[in-house]
Amino acid sequence: MTRKKTYFLNMGPAHPAMHGVIRLILELEGELIVKCEAEIGYLHRAFEKHAETETWNNAIPYTDRLNYVSPLINNSGFCGAVERIAGVTIPERAQYLRVIASELSRVADHLTCIGANAMELGAFTVFLYLMEGREYLYQLIDELCGARVTTDYTRIGGVKGDLPEGFAQRCLGASSKIRRLVADSEALLTKNRLFLDRVEGVGIISQADALAYGITGPFLRSTGVAYDVRRAHPYLVYDRLDFEVPVGSRGDNLDRYLCRLAEIGQSLRIVEQCLRRMPEGPVALSPWEMKDAFAFQDMGKAGSTALLPRCLARTCRTLEGSGRDRAAGVMTADPALAMPPKEQTYGNIEGLMNQFETVMWSWGVRVPAGEVYHAVEGGNGELGFHVVSDGSDRAYRVRCRPPCLFIMAALPKLLEGAYVADVVATFGSVNMIAGELDR
Amino acid sequence: MKFETRTVASAQAFDALRQLRADGYNVLVDLTAVDYSRYGAGPEPMGWEREFPAGACGIGSSAGAGRTDFLTAGAPEPKPHRFEAVYRLACVDPATGLETMPRLELRAPYDEGSVLLSVRSIWPNADWLEREVWDMFGLRFEDRPDIKRLLLYEEFVGHPLRKDYPLKQRQPLIGPESGALPDSPSFNSARQEIPFE
Repeated sequence: MTRKKTYFLNMGPAHPAMHGVIRLILELEGELIVKCEAEIGYLHRAFEKHAETETWNNAIPYTDRLNYVSPLINNSGFCGAVERIAGVTIPERAQYLRVIASELSRVADHLTCIGANAMELGAFTVFLYLMEGREYLYQLIDELCGARVTTDYTRIGGVKGDLPEGFAQRCLGASSKIRRLVADSEALLTKNRLFLDRVEGVGIISQADALAYGITGPFLRSTGVAYDVRRAHPYLVYDRLDFEVPVGSRGDNLDRYLCRLAEIGQSLRIVEQCLRRMPEGPVALSPWEMKDAFAFQDMGKAGSTALLPRCLARTCRTLEGSGRDRAAGVMTADPALAMPPKEQTYGNIEGLMNQFETVMWSWGVRVPAGEVYHAVEGGNGELGFHVVSDGSDRAYRVRCRPPCLFIMAALPKLLEGAYVADVVATFGSVNMIAGELDR
Repeated sequence: MKFETRTVASAQAFDALRQLRADGYNVLVDLTAVDYSRYGAGPEPMGWEREFPAGACGIGSSAGAGRTDFLTAGAPEPKPHRFEAVYRLACVDPATGLETMPRLELRAPYDEGSVLLSVRSIWPNADWLEREVWDMFGLRFEDRPDIKRLLLYEEFVGHPLRKDYPLKQRQPLIGPESGALPDSPSFNSARQEIPFE
């Protein structure tokens, strides 16, 4: 028996079907993939090192660049972790706003994934339909944060601002338009033989393998495991919302596509519920809401008792004294956690000073020493932040657990034994986002 | 998210993890490390603190100008070991999708010369995670002597998430393996400016 000759093919780092810069080294026997190796790191921007060198609030813009298709989820995850170390709970309205922002982003993420995947398999119409849907979402996000992609919406202690006038109405309008576009796309794809032949039974991963590789998100759910961080470890107000976790059964490309489609509907449902139930109130902790006990005393001595009910006492954790040491040299008006609202910043000099002082090195927000792991459900799965604070004005260490790293680690498992043409279909269903993969 | 933290000596980490896998922790959620060498020492001065003139920009009081003692105020206790490898485990029930046991964070203190074994054979995703830990922190896995960097390139010198890695460090530019200068005037001129170690 003669041994068949194999040869190597590079896909990427710059390839139209690779959604970002990644290099796949394929060993082929004819068109059959014998071996596959993924080489990553082309978009490494040292996010984790950067986050150690910037103050707590200044690190938030870097999180936009992680998963740049759903940046609001990253913002919310990072701030959630920092707030957990600080031991503060953000106002309820801010929690609802973060949920709305996260779910809009999740829809955008899924629309992009399905659209790009369909386009690569030849269904260009579907891509245009879904990009139209994403455009409605980007316009909403633009109204909400003033930017389409680099959102930077959350702050430690809340969010940047409240919903703009008439947002709920436009959001519901966009939601019904998106449902229509998704229904159209579904009609074009789900029973289309050209599409089904490329995705059905291709890129199968078993339930056991998916768990062993630490895969989460729609990818894991397509194998039948209904694991969702929003269900397993509810954060924000997810435990009060009514939504389903769609699951597949076979773990192939088709199931992943169907899971994402179903999740779009569920996410829109969550947004609609939030808009109905959202209470009135502040959208962030106000800068003077957190005060050390000694500041309380000082205020009382100065006779400014009118402000006292608006303050929350932060007692010294060491029980050794007034906590003055921890705040020594912090030159903000108050050793406070939250940033002033933008209206204050642009409206009066005290607000402007306060703003500067909370973002400058060694001046502003201090988070007590501690470590925490906080996870949110990102577009691709569990997006975790392991944050270490040593009590200073910036993070000691930030570890981001990117969900698609784990899927990419399992990619050889998905591709070996398949054909070159399947790479495009399978890789598209992974929804690899290089910004989050390489950090 | 609630989790339990346990600490185990790095040499015993492999056996402990194998036991935990047998006990039902079927998912390795994350593997990372933390360099505690500056923990408790306050953040690294950025260099401008001394030069900051009193009352600069007209904001704040002048009392804080030139002071660096606030950098160490309220700092926590230093840790006895330089690194800690952090294994994060979960037990996901495939039938319900919920976690049946609280999450576990297993910490293995590590100093230069400690022995840490690879857990690739228990969870396959540890392959990439260990490559990243080696890449960023330089933690050695005893049974992976020729481990490859995950995110950075092979010619990279040092491990950037160590606290002693200089923030402004420049790395040598890499060219063709033969050592011949590439056909790029901008590349070649930059190459001469950067001193090679």
